[in-house]
Amino acid sequence: MPNLASMSFFIPELILSAVALILFIFALVSDKAGKKGEYASVIAIAGLLASAVFVLKNFNIGSPPLFWGLLVLDKPAAFFKEIFIITALIVIIFSQRSNELRAGANDSAEYYSLLVGSVLGMNLLASANNLLMIYLALEFVSLMSFILVGFARGSSRSSEAALKYVLYGAVASGVFLYGASLYYGLTGTLDIKSFLTISPSPHLTISLAGLFILAGFLYKIAAVPMHAWCPDAYEGAPTPITAFLSVAPKAAGFAVLMRVFSAAGDGFNWPLIIAVISAATMTFGNLAAIPQTNVKRLLAYSSIAHAGYLLMGVASGTPRGAEAVYFYFAAYLVMNLGAFLVVQIIANTSPPLMGGDIGEGGRESLAAYKGLGRRGASGAILGITMTIFLLSLTGIPPFVGFIGKFYIFAAVMDAKLYWLAFIGIANSVVSLYYYMRIVKTIFFDEPADAVQPAFSSRRLAAILGVLSFATIFIGLYWQWLSNIVAAVIA
Amino acid sequence: MKGYFPLFLLLQTGMTGVFVALDFFLFYFFWEVMLLPMYFLIGIWGGPRREYAAIKFFLYTLVGSVMMLLVMIAFYFYSEGNTFNILTLMDQSVHIGPMTAHNFRLLCWLGLMIAFAIKVPVFPFHTWLPDAHVEAPTAISVILAGILLKMGTYGMIRFCYPIFPDITFEFAKWIAVFGMINIVYGALCAMAQKDFKRLIAYSSISHMGFCLLGMASFTNEGMNGAVLQMFNHGTITAQLFLIVGIIYDRVHHRDLEGFGGLAHIMPRYAVWTAIAFFAALGLPGLSGFISEALVFLGAFKMWPWYTAVSVSGVVLTAAYVLWTYQRVFLGKINEKYKNLPEISWRETVTLAPLALIVVILGVYPKAMLDIMNATLVGINQLFVK
Repeated sequence: MPNLASMSFFIPELILSAVALILFIFALVSDKAGKKGEYASVIAIAGLLASAVFVLKNFNIGSPPLFWGLLVLDKPAAFFKEIFIITALIVIIFSQRSNELRAGANDSAEYYSLLVGSVLGMNLLASANNLLMIYLALEFVSLMSFILVGFARGSSRSSEAALKYVLYGAVASGVFLYGASLYYGLTGTLDIKSFLTISPSPHLTISLAGLFILAGFLYKIAAVPMHAWCPDAYEGAPTPITAFLSVAPKAAGFAVLMRVFSAAGDGFNWPLIIAVISAATMTFGNLAAIPQTNVKRLLAYSSIAHAGYLLMGVASGTPRGAEAVYFYFAAYLVMNLGAFLVVQIIANTSPPLMGGDIGEGGRESLAAYKGLGRRGASGAILGITMTIFLLSLTGIPPFVGFIGKFYIFAAVMDAKLYWLAFIGIANSVVSLYYYMRIVKTIFFDEPADAVQPAFSSRRLAAILGVLSFATIFIGLYWQWLSNIVAAVIA
Repeated sequence: MKGYFPLFLLLQTGMTGVFVALDFFLFYFFWEVMLLPMYFLIGIWGGPRREYAAIKFFLYTLVGSVMMLLVMIAFYFYSEGNTFNILTLMDQSVHIGPMTAHNFRLLCWLGLMIAFAIKVPVFPFHTWLPDAHVEAPTAISVILAGILLKMGTYGMIRFCYPIFPDITFEFAKWIAVFGMINIVYGALCAMAQKDFKRLIAYSSISHMGFCLLGMASFTNEGMNGAVLQMFNHGTITAQLFLIVGIIYDRVHHRDLEGFGGLAHIMPRYAVWTAIAFFAALGLPGLSGFISEALVFLGAFKMWPWYTAVSVSGVVLTAAYVLWTYQRVFLGKINEKYKNLPEISWRETVTLAPLALIVVILGVYPKAMLDIMNATLVGINQLFVK
């Protein structure tokens, strides 16, 4: 489809670009000192909602190739765009009441602009249909993420995390580019569909190109062996950004990985590679999470493990597998954001331990959770909701994580990858141990101090309620979500 | 205590659900739902090593249940019409694809069997049980012994037997062997214990061995005996745990050597204990005897040697039960406990109904046997070639 005709299908992205730019200008011209961040967040929310509406409007229009085939607008892309937008909306609400962000970069409109820009990049990534476009979108998302990770300006930990993230990112995109250039040399095109036209028998160069391209995606989803940045970046980033990174860019990575996989996966010899990577990723993530004492870092490793579970769905290579991945992302969004929200609330309200600086030391450590369940009503509520999210992450019914895992395992069994399913269940058991370690600390340990955590804001309490309700509700009544996912595949 | 009763009711929900579910998915769902309240009930209201016991219980059971999950998914794909319905799955003709191949069936059978064996618990998966029992509060021990363990044997009869009759028949020998090991090994372990509650926990392992031995026989007597034993174990062991709880409330320790002559101090308590103890060792006239006799009667036809060895378990049981009674209730009065209060009416009310059932079923077991006989005969028909 020619450029001008494509524009009418490009409205969601146009809205996001406009909002991002407006927010930058707003940051310059506004004189509402102290209230700037609040206003900016409202503008961002409005922009994201408008964009979400237009994405939905385009849900049923088939899959037209836009801009001469650089982008394609199909249902999986629309589904993932909604995931990004919902994640961003929730994270914006987290950010409005984050002490880390307030202290470091007091009320800046740029923060929200970057967040919206990041969603724009991910939208492009989810519908990219051409290696050049994929590269640009990957870089776009990465650049936004680098800045966001380093946004707590007062914190040296945050800057360190951002630097590590940048260095790894540079290597990963270099490798990806190399793979893409090999691919271009072999096929003379950057369109991912055209791979099928050349010889289907994989020989070394093609496999190599495929492997390098894959490495770029693995970086985005934080899978072994491209995972090393993840724990540091997650730990150092402001908590709302950690929550954001653990869901949205990962979803974007999966969106593009699955698109390339379905177009050219067999030619690249990917199914087996991804199955092996999946097994390695979840095993590494779960084992490395066991000794962690910082809850954010623990959740970072857990998110690596979850990337492994999700890769199982991709490795199965069937529509059922794709369906499972889509479902799991919806589930993962709810429970993972919930877990990070509890971390944020506790870090916000815990008494200053060890230096007392924001984010440095005690407030995110497991020690801050000691006896939380017995520290007053709000402590008990935080403890119970955290337990719900963690059990859901483990995959215990009646929470939504179980249904997600059930679909993933069903897809793997359907694809007859029995060994992978076996590794998967073994990992489920391992993961129970470290998730339960947090629950144990919350309910069984003696409280270290009598300070009762308080809900610093009604807004966070409300969103916590919504997320934990959704975790249980979808866990008991998931048919509607599975219908939506089935519609995405159809 | 605010959280105790909600969790208790959630546990009840899970347990009831497991026994009434006729859909594999629902069964699994309740099976897992039950873990969570149990973890907290042991972990919050338990003894000094409660955290260890709670997570051990959780991890052991989860290992089994994830295997069950895989088997459940395999059934979905390899059954005609993709069903989770247990009644439909019993019909061998709906099994398709790999589910008709011997080795695959064996693998699925093993997955289910291990999941249930962990719950029973069958040697060598039994080590979580003494820990969980010792650390759990009395009421939870009663639930654990009375109901939770039966979920394992129930699962075997509900899934392994009718859905995989061929494999079950092939490996019946091993069920019998493990039943025998449970009976003898559990009794020997019980004999070595110094902790009253740990002793009961091992005796529980020993008694569950009878269920396995009876189930392995494929005779009507053996099967009836096994299921009756499940019920009797629930009433008898529940009494034993209540009895331990009563004394623990008064003296705050469970060291068997630390008592002595309690029969003089608390005569009514001694009588209630005697009923439970004699039921546990299989005294004729009490219900434990009926089920053990039926199990031996049935099992001897099929596995004479294993049954012969298992009978020694009865002797061992008598030995440790009587020895325990002697150490705690007879002999010299321990001066420290001279003024212990007698068993209260509330404690009597918890024990009396259980003891009544034990006596009634000991005299008139037909009341129970009539209920279950038809079903068990039906299951046995599957194995009559």
